[in-house]
Amino acid sequence: MLTREEVEHIAALARLELSAEETELYRRQLSAILEYAASLQELDTSEIAPTSSVLPPHGVLRPDEPRPGLSLDDVLRNAPRVDQKQFRVPPAIE
Amino acid sequence: MNYLADIGLEVHAELATRSKMFCACPVVDPALAQPNQAVCPVCLGLPGTLPVVNQQAVEFGLRVALALDCTIAPVSIFARKNYFYPDLPKGYQISQYEEPLAEHGILPIRTPQGVRNIRIRRVHLEEDTGKLTHVLADGEAYSLVDLNRAGVPLLEIVSEPDLHTVEEVRVYAESLRSLLCTLGVNSGDMEKGAIRFEANVSIRPAGSSDLGTRVEIKNLNSFKAMERAVAYQIGQQARLLDAGKAVEQETLGWDADREVTYSQRSKEEAHDYRYFPEPDLPPLGVEAAQVERIRQNLPELPFALQERLIQQYGISAEEAHLLSVDGNLANYFESCVRLAEDMPARIVLNWITGEVFAWMNQTGESIQQIKVPPEALIGLLNEVQQKIVNLNTAKSIMSEMLQSGQTAQVIIQQKGLQQVTDSNLIAAMVKEVLAAHPDEVKAYLDGKETLANWLFGQVMRRAGGKADPHMIRTELESQLKNMTKNTLRREGEK
Repeated sequence: MLTREEVEHIAALARLELSAEETELYRRQLSAILEYAASLQELDTSEIAPTSSVLPPHGVLRPDEPRPGLSLDDVLRNAPRVDQKQFRVPPAIE
Repeated sequence: MNYLADIGLEVHAELATRSKMFCACPVVDPALAQPNQAVCPVCLGLPGTLPVVNQQAVEFGLRVALALDCTIAPVSIFARKNYFYPDLPKGYQISQYEEPLAEHGILPIRTPQGVRNIRIRRVHLEEDTGKLTHVLADGEAYSLVDLNRAGVPLLEIVSEPDLHTVEEVRVYAESLRSLLCTLGVNSGDMEKGAIRFEANVSIRPAGSSDLGTRVEIKNLNSFKAMERAVAYQIGQQARLLDAGKAVEQETLGWDADREVTYSQRSKEEAHDYRYFPEPDLPPLGVEAAQVERIRQNLPELPFALQERLIQQYGISAEEAHLLSVDGNLANYFESCVRLAEDMPARIVLNWITGEVFAWMNQTGESIQQIKVPPEALIGLLNEVQQKIVNLNTAKSIMSEMLQSGQTAQVIIQQKGLQQVTDSNLIAAMVKEVLAAHPDEVKAYLDGKETLANWLFGQVMRRAGGKADPHMIRTELESQLKNMTKNTLRREGEK
């Protein structure tokens, strides 16, 4: 079982604010998911390389040729607020 | 107590590609571009977009990895580093984690104590983040986000904690910078943030073989900031240990204005980044033939260049280091030397590290931008060697050449700066000066020998600075000697 602290920590990383009830609800749900997934641990995979990708290596590379992106209007179209041609967001200083 | 510091550097170098790492947006000069001028759905992190790796960035990364003598991974994996911050519109940075592009390299550095081989732990590809500007206006705090830099290719080069002094840290960083510039993969422009550093610092009692607890310092954007921050942190840790306290493992920022480190609270730990293989990109395969081709085409690297300059021209390790900081400087020096075979390399070097460096420092021009090509510098030095102008005049001619781009010959002609070498003329000027300053001459003859220099200066002034200094000195000495004899004779007659 996950602890309350673990759920709160994960919520903080995801920038989610949870009520006490929600924390308890997700603690039970997340624990159940982890438990289910943990059944995979029963398999012996010591002889098998991790599958980082199902795609074969040496994929497709792109030649280094610049192309114009979006117009400034389009770039900022979804911005909550705009200031000096930039996205204006809540203060993000540490 | 005596401590030994163990310092490792993480260097982030922007790769000088034309387009970004995973999309075709142009890489723009931050000093010239308008905000959000080079942004597309991919680097904006819009849903449904997919990254595609820039071939040139991989090539550049391999070039660096090979120059550092790394082992290249035939297959490396891109990974997602997850965290929420407004400079990162996707909510994750595409980086490499467990399987980087290359590992286990070496960078030799030349310190005053000798050559040291600094081990490179890993070299990996990733993307840069956007730029945040924090604003406080009318009592309201907010941040502005410019995504021009988001997605610019970065190469991260991580050393083992093999550096032990601030000086070694500086030499390592400078050596790496000149390596990147020589390889043509980075502009070397620190002011524009083309290279950024993070240092991890720990100390241990001298003689102990266990590394101490390490502290990471971020935001080091200049050599100076890095040196100061590392020195500060070493001092700080020694004070803690001396007081019987423990060093806590933490991540610090560097405040360049106050010159102190500060704690960056709430910074996520590695496991909080929830790294996992990037599902939108296939593993990056590198063919052995490609690696071989890049290895064959590596230019002469700074360390080898220094070695050769020391051997070939008999210059010091320090001077060789200065010239190898920018491959173009060494080129300039060698072109000059080739043009003037009968001139000692030392003379050429002194002009470069003297007048040319002073000019470059003052104006910020690079060796390629200055208006005095090697032919022109040698043209001037020939005038000095043939005694057409004296050394002082040559220096002022040089400063004019650097300003206007005129050749020495033209400036000498136009301003009539040819050296006066007519011995009768010089003798006459010396005579006039001695006649005009009887008091000083008397004082000199009474034993105040330093006045000889003053009298020399008077003659040179009369000659408009253009007389052969050697001839003035000889003439002055001989006329003063005659006067000494005459005085003695007169005294003997009394």
